[in-house]
Amino acid sequence: MNASPTASPAAAATDAVQVTGIGKRFPGVIANHDVDITIRSGTVHALIGENGAGKSTLMKILYGVQKPDEGTLVVNGEQVSFSSPTDAIAHGIGMVFQHFMLADNLTVLENVVLGAEKLHGIGDAARTRIAEISRAYGFGLDPDRLVEELGVGERQRVEILKVLYRGAKIIILDEPTAVLVPQEVDALFANLRELKDQGHTILFISHKLDEVLAIADDITVMRRGTTVGEARPGETSKRQLAELMVGSELPSPQTAVSTVTDEVQLQVAGLTLTDAFGRDLLSGIDLTIHRGEVLGIAGVEGNGQAELVETIMGMRRPTAGTISVGGQDITHWDTRARRQAGIGYIPEDRHRHGLLLDAPLWENRILGFQNRRPASNGFLIDRGASRTDTERIVEKYDVRTPGIDTTSRALSGGNQQKLIVGREMSGDPVLLLAAHPTRGVDVGAQAAIWEHIKRARERGLAVLLISADLDELIGLSDRIEVLLRGRLVGEFDPQTVTPQDLGSAMTGGHDDQDDQTEQEVSP
Amino acid sequence: MSIVTRVLAALIAPLVAVVAAMAITSVVILASGSSPGDFWSIILEPPADRVYVNIVNQSSMIFLSGLAAAIGFRMNLFNIGVEGQYQVASYAAAITVGAALLPGLLNVVLGLLVAMVVGAAWAGIAGLLKVTRGVSEVISTIMLNAIAVTLVGYLLNTYGLRSGNSRRTTEIPESSQLGGWTPFLDRDGSVWTLALLAVVAGVVFSFVLNRTSFGFDLRATGMSESAAVASGVKVNRMVVTAMMISGAIAGLIWMPAFFGSAHTYGSTFQFQLGFTGIAVALLGRNRPLGIVFGALLFAFLNEQSNRLTLLTDISQNVVQITQGVIVLAVVVAYEVVRRRQVAAEQSRVKRELDRSVPPKNEAVTA
Repeated sequence: MNASPTASPAAAATDAVQVTGIGKRFPGVIANHDVDITIRSGTVHALIGENGAGKSTLMKILYGVQKPDEGTLVVNGEQVSFSSPTDAIAHGIGMVFQHFMLADNLTVLENVVLGAEKLHGIGDAARTRIAEISRAYGFGLDPDRLVEELGVGERQRVEILKVLYRGAKIIILDEPTAVLVPQEVDALFANLRELKDQGHTILFISHKLDEVLAIADDITVMRRGTTVGEARPGETSKRQLAELMVGSELPSPQTAVSTVTDEVQLQVAGLTLTDAFGRDLLSGIDLTIHRGEVLGIAGVEGNGQAELVETIMGMRRPTAGTISVGGQDITHWDTRARRQAGIGYIPEDRHRHGLLLDAPLWENRILGFQNRRPASNGFLIDRGASRTDTERIVEKYDVRTPGIDTTSRALSGGNQQKLIVGREMSGDPVLLLAAHPTRGVDVGAQAAIWEHIKRARERGLAVLLISADLDELIGLSDRIEVLLRGRLVGEFDPQTVTPQDLGSAMTGGHDDQDDQTEQEVSP
Repeated sequence: MSIVTRVLAALIAPLVAVVAAMAITSVVILASGSSPGDFWSIILEPPADRVYVNIVNQSSMIFLSGLAAAIGFRMNLFNIGVEGQYQVASYAAAITVGAALLPGLLNVVLGLLVAMVVGAAWAGIAGLLKVTRGVSEVISTIMLNAIAVTLVGYLLNTYGLRSGNSRRTTEIPESSQLGGWTPFLDRDGSVWTLALLAVVAGVVFSFVLNRTSFGFDLRATGMSESAAVASGVKVNRMVVTAMMISGAIAGLIWMPAFFGSAHTYGSTFQFQLGFTGIAVALLGRNRPLGIVFGALLFAFLNEQSNRLTLLTDISQNVVQITQGVIVLAVVVAYEVVRRRQVAAEQSRVKRELDRSVPPKNEAVTA
């Protein structure tokens, strides 16, 4: 262990964790820079920010999974340097991951003691200890139940119990409410308050503003890899937080002339998507995109954006509603037929949906074009033409690579993205579904990608643009719709809209703002 | 990467594995109180003419089996059921050809078709169970292996002809027997005609996988199922198709021996080829050329070990330890080599780009 006790009077006993100037770089990407957070002992501290804002990297640094490149980390007044989670646990830091790490066919007891057998053995001593913790914090867990019999909320409590059993005083919870229904969220919050009252410190990571305001004592906002602001729930409104999260700098007004035609390219009517539990992920979505038009979808992530794109792409089957492209009903077409009809797709998660990481660039050019020229004649792969066209994309889209035989894994994120954009823009698509097209891309490439989209739009391309970056949305879109809890809740003109309007619509409207004002005036 | 370094990189893992296997086998022989020297001098001495013929014949069947396993592996499907598939297919082909419905060579073609269809159907059960009921193909194919043994055993015992104290199917007509090529003396045996099936299957496999859209879909599904779905691959259909192709190739495994020398399904049926194929596919990295080498190596070790029991007190089974260690070591070695290559490529890309272009703005966010 590298932890070395250093006198640090500034971070006296009141601060559980003090992060100063933390930075972390990966090849081609800065995941964190100049991150400063102070977490007071015995509080619930919320860390909020969009996906990709750098929350998870920071979390991994706190939990010893990754080492920061710069900056200092002080835990309970002692400067530390973790080289593994074991070090973090030794300093009383525990983490509950979003995806539970439990063995279904083992009991609660067995899951808890697994890997911590040395603490209280695996028998009655451990059982007593687990029962004690469960009672102390109102978890209501029976050590001898099988995990597979437990509900989601109970499983989460097992995860928290695991962390407490190992002696954690500082608990990191990664988006703990993402998997819970509202009643379970209330129960979780009750548990968290109990933990807080008994002296634990909780770092709560989320992008759900309601919840953060309900539970947190302090709030830190992250954007683009760094901490951009701090807030106290009583003094801040949801809207202000939303603005901090997405950035409220006014974008430069769009000077380009509108190229919108009156020819409908994409028509979505009454689109509804229900998950396996009968919950609506999308309800009654109606939208129209014309040739030469960019429709931007604004919304806090997790409100149905990914589902909307994947349903239009044919990767999910809608429960109700119709989708038509160029006047043709494609509701029952498969993904390949939709691609062949000219739908291009820039996926949100390029590693999962956009690339074959272990294949060379020219084979990645074929992906999605397996049955189309130039990659193939419908039956045979045309290697020569695929390679030539890959060279063209590398050239035109400025993909920085030693050659087209390099595997796509070896490229930086921005260059991977440029390859995907180049590929999806080839073959003259009529409709482009672009989810976060410039996320993780360097500034130069970002401008280039915007320019490519604008030019294609002039030639009549219809674009559905999803972005967490309001500047990008306002700068590129001809129209903006707001998606909230799977519904379209408002339409805005990017020429006149303010980030405040959007922020308010994205989080559920003005009622909340009024409540907040009242709270502010009350003593 | 230049061709030379690429070839070297591909060969280093298997070479390390073979050396490790030789070392560990020697230790085992020493521990059991025999002389590793004796063992290796017998294994490594130049094969007799008869043994050469056997090695070629055996490796053709092992190669087909390796190919059958490899097509599944390329798609992350673990078809452990090659063993059962070729048993059922061989029995069905033996019955069909034995019935002599068609004359001469047509009968051979019919037999091969029946073998492929039955093998595909048997494997297809596992594919369907996977896509409709979510049953892991590993579990279902292992169970189908057990069912295959029992089923064929039952059918043979009930309907088979008595020969001595065992049973067999009707012998195939002489016009459908395919002798082969005798490179040495008659008593040294001949290389079966249908050993050529291995060559044909290898070429077709390579062509389909590397040159056709279907092959691209299959490989894409193996590399990233989610990316394949987004590119328009129907994964469920691919799973069933790949299992059936795997089963169809499995159906051919025993055909060289059947038409070449056995002429009937009975006590001469050679079991275990299906499992050998899995090992050889791993050894050959699921590439036809690699599987050729794997099949030759395994056939060589098997055939050369026959004389062990005659000439020494070392059990012939020791060679299975060698084979097992080769496979284990090669899997580990491949992974080590792969990781180093990925790291090396990443740093090389970075180096070349740093040299060739001015520094670019760094991106923010993860």
